[in-house]
Amino acid sequence: MSATLIAALIKIAILIGGLMTAAAYLVLLERRIAAWIQDRRGPNRVGIPLTKVRVWGFGQPLADGVKFILKEEYTPAHVDKRLYVLAPVMILAAALAVFAVIPFGGVIAPLWEGMDPIPLVVAPTMNVGVLYVFALSSLAVYGVILGGWASNNKYSFLGGLRSSAQLIAYELPLGLGLLGVVLACGSLDLDTIILRQAETGVWLAFAQPLGLIVFTIAAFAEAARLPFDLPECEQELIGGYHTEYSGIKLLLFLVAEFLHMITAAFLIVILFFGGWHLWGMPAEQEVSWYVALARAVILSTKVLAVIVFFMVVRWSWPRFRFDQLMALAWKVMLPLGLVNLAAVAIFQELQLHFNPDGGLPLKLAFILASWGVCAAAWTAVAIAGPLVTDNRARRDIEPLET
Amino acid sequence: MKPDDKNIQWVEEPKLGLAGRMYLPLFVQGLTTTVKHLVAPKVTVSYPDQEPEIGNPLIYRGVHRLNKDEDGRVKCVACFLCATACPAHCIDIIGVESPWPDREKYPESFVIDELRCIYCGMCEEACPVDAIELTSLYNLTGRSREEMIFDKEKLLSVYDMTKDQEAMKSRSLGGTVGG
Repeated sequence: MSATLIAALIKIAILIGGLMTAAAYLVLLERRIAAWIQDRRGPNRVGIPLTKVRVWGFGQPLADGVKFILKEEYTPAHVDKRLYVLAPVMILAAALAVFAVIPFGGVIAPLWEGMDPIPLVVAPTMNVGVLYVFALSSLAVYGVILGGWASNNKYSFLGGLRSSAQLIAYELPLGLGLLGVVLACGSLDLDTIILRQAETGVWLAFAQPLGLIVFTIAAFAEAARLPFDLPECEQELIGGYHTEYSGIKLLLFLVAEFLHMITAAFLIVILFFGGWHLWGMPAEQEVSWYVALARAVILSTKVLAVIVFFMVVRWSWPRFRFDQLMALAWKVMLPLGLVNLAAVAIFQELQLHFNPDGGLPLKLAFILASWGVCAAAWTAVAIAGPLVTDNRARRDIEPLET
Repeated sequence: MKPDDKNIQWVEEPKLGLAGRMYLPLFVQGLTTTVKHLVAPKVTVSYPDQEPEIGNPLIYRGVHRLNKDEDGRVKCVACFLCATACPAHCIDIIGVESPWPDREKYPESFVIDELRCIYCGMCEEACPVDAIELTSLYNLTGRSREEMIFDKEKLLSVYDMTKDQEAMKSRSLGGTVGG
């Protein structure tokens, strides 16, 4: 076995262990935040097993996990067995595989003579990282559709269908929001995208506010979080595509759902909030190990902040109706994404034309201009009002005789 | 009913302004509400670490007690009004001739099945001598069904246990029942 293979295996082990733990504790965080928002306390009784120590309910994920594993794993007689088993495995595998190209903090420089530098990413030489992430994250919809289809149940099937329509619709604004970033950084490599933001010192959230809005809303929809959780809205579809699942298979679905949220948060942070960059930090790719560690901490903190935002948003706004969901995707997000793309292209060209190095006043002018474009586009959409629908009974036409 | 029916009153939706169409008030309202509640004091009572507060013991309906008079005798005169009023038929009284001159009868046995009781409070309303009352003891537990059948001694001991915290509910003392 070569050294790179061993290094990759160690990284994969750390990553999968970390992600699974993170997903488990995010469930606890989600429950606590939900409880706080509803003036409750949330799960705070389970601590260290076999002792009376309760550390803010930190034993809850363990208890939840044990419960899921020990529960009866029931397979209904009417399901398509092979697809039924395949669906949760597929959705989890796709959700985990995305993290192969997520950079966690640059490259650690050799600690001693003759040692290879350690890149803090599982697949370091992937220079089309963004494409890989998007290809795999759209693969996740297969798990949902397969689960809905294999369950042989109307509600599950409806959930799967809704999911496919929603994911196809929001794939476009997601891609358009991303294209602006790729255009501005001139690379499909996530490392290069962070480096570009670190070198210029301008996070793309400031330079492309419209892109950030479009991308964030589309990412919410892709992760099927409220207010876009149509695939599994409990009130209408019971559990949606995972109605017929129980035990460890249900757990896989739920973990995959949280992994999607983590992926979305990572992408938002990396593409728009400078990844591991903080002003005053060294902007090189190769750094000493303690800087790399600090970068990983900064990146995780930013991601956690975005995830907390996801969780607060969940209780802030009501769910969209399906026609509103589609109208938002095709009539609002798509035009806004196109405007963003055009604006970024024009600004990029102008910037290169005027001053290839980009002084601070020029940078500031372009940032202000992009905020102006954002406000103008949003206002234009509001005036056009494609989401304002009146679906009450028509009074200007004769009712049909019955 | 047709849409042009006279009895239908049509209400027009308020027209959204530009800010409303831009979803700005909605964003702000939603987030402020959640953030306000995120930091607001919690309403959960961490029972059993923390005892819940009984609002007004005079109208709380918990475990029963049998009151005693000044001489320490049971107040009950075995009139069977409570047992008659009880919708769950959980009160079982055996009345015998009283050894005291001021009343004709007294209960030789007075048994309440606390598991059958629905805690409606009709017995205390029916009682003419304010003998049976519901206290504010709420955490009634037991390990067997037999344990939950309270006899006269047990009910009198509940009185001894609670008489200091809770005055009798009779109206003269500020309560809601009796004369």
